[in-house]
Amino acid sequence: MSATKAARVGEDVWKTRIDKVNAELVTLTYGSIVAQLCRDFEGDYLEVNKQLEKMGYNIGLRLIEDFLAKTNMGKCANFRETAETIAKVGFKVFLNITPTVTNWTTDNKQFSLIFEENPLADFVELPDDGRAQNELWYSNMLCGVLRGALEMVQMQVDAHFVGDILRGNEVTEMRVTLVRIIDDELPPGED
Amino acid sequence: MQRGDSLNSPFVPFSPNPSIQQGTPTSTPPLKHTLSSSTSSNLRYSSSRKSIYDRHLNRSQRSELSKASFAFLFGEMVQYAQKRVNGIADLEKKLNLHGYSIGQRLLELLLWREGRSAKRETRILGILQFITTTVYRSIFNKPADGLEKSRDNEDEYMLIDNDPMVNSYISVPKEMSQLNCAAFVAGIIEAVLDGCLFPGRVTAHSVPTEQLPAKTVFLIKFDEAVIERESVLG
Repeated sequence: MSATKAARVGEDVWKTRIDKVNAELVTLTYGSIVAQLCRDFEGDYLEVNKQLEKMGYNIGLRLIEDFLAKTNMGKCANFRETAETIAKVGFKVFLNITPTVTNWTTDNKQFSLIFEENPLADFVELPDDGRAQNELWYSNMLCGVLRGALEMVQMQVDAHFVGDILRGNEVTEMRVTLVRIIDDELPPGED
Repeated sequence: MQRGDSLNSPFVPFSPNPSIQQGTPTSTPPLKHTLSSSTSSNLRYSSSRKSIYDRHLNRSQRSELSKASFAFLFGEMVQYAQKRVNGIADLEKKLNLHGYSIGQRLLELLLWREGRSAKRETRILGILQFITTTVYRSIFNKPADGLEKSRDNEDEYMLIDNDPMVNSYISVPKEMSQLNCAAFVAGIIEAVLDGCLFPGRVTAHSVPTEQLPAKTVFLIKFDEAVIERESVLG
């Protein structure tokens, strides 16, 4: 599926098949979760990143079904197509944004998502404690969501942020790497 | 509510000085790892981007996201909280606190948006109507379904939601049938009341009927001082 077709599908599904809620409620709810984790882990931001990723993974495992049901997407022919689908259909349908897919490696196994908009981070400023801006990946849940969702469609990926405007970086960028295609024989999670 | 036992609860009546409200949900305990005064650190901002202070606060007012995204987030919030509590009351309190922190921010945002037309509510009915209409609409795109005054207790009011959105994807296991995750919304309401100087406690209760299996009543119990003031105002 071409990038333009993916964009059309994403737009169409978002307009016609998605129940919607106020975006600020989602933003504030996410913020409340991150703040709670920062308190529970007493400012150990590396642990907070891990926990956010884990929560996202749990979401991803279930989200993929919702995604497939709403979009009627077929199998992607290659990882490049997967990337376009994630950006233009997945992110569009769930967060009403379409990050840019870019910075492919020559083996077509690694790309970046650049987020112009990030509704999770509206209203957000990281704590001014001299550490959060170096250690906390505020939107790290998104990495977990990708990992969980793709695992359910036989792709083991690594996803992590390499930049976040909340940290003062010029762009918010997530790096996604295809680790391997999971063998059909193995049920996910038991390898 | 007696002042004495209120000290043991996290819902401390309003005090103009936030620093003396030890258990108030507003007070974030200081982070242990926080470096001491040596960090006069300044936050870094992206040079080519607008900071949050430059973005218009109404930007996201009308924007929408998928309900599924909220449901997934809320589900994780509940599950995470569940691992760290003993019992249903404790879990509801956690959810209430989550809502509380949201309510505080929401109130500020809403009042800012009302701008010059913002009115300082001094009467119970006024503030409750603000919640059932303005607050409810802003987060759920609909007003609340009802508002009632308790017949038995002068200090109790009931705000009714026939089908709380937050519960639409939550299925409560049988052994936890007492649980109502709309405690989250109760927390939002409580924060708004506190912020407007109508302190009290708000709790969520399921009162299913045949037509409305998800019907929830938010029981608002005002502090004595609020009722006293109301009677003085006549």
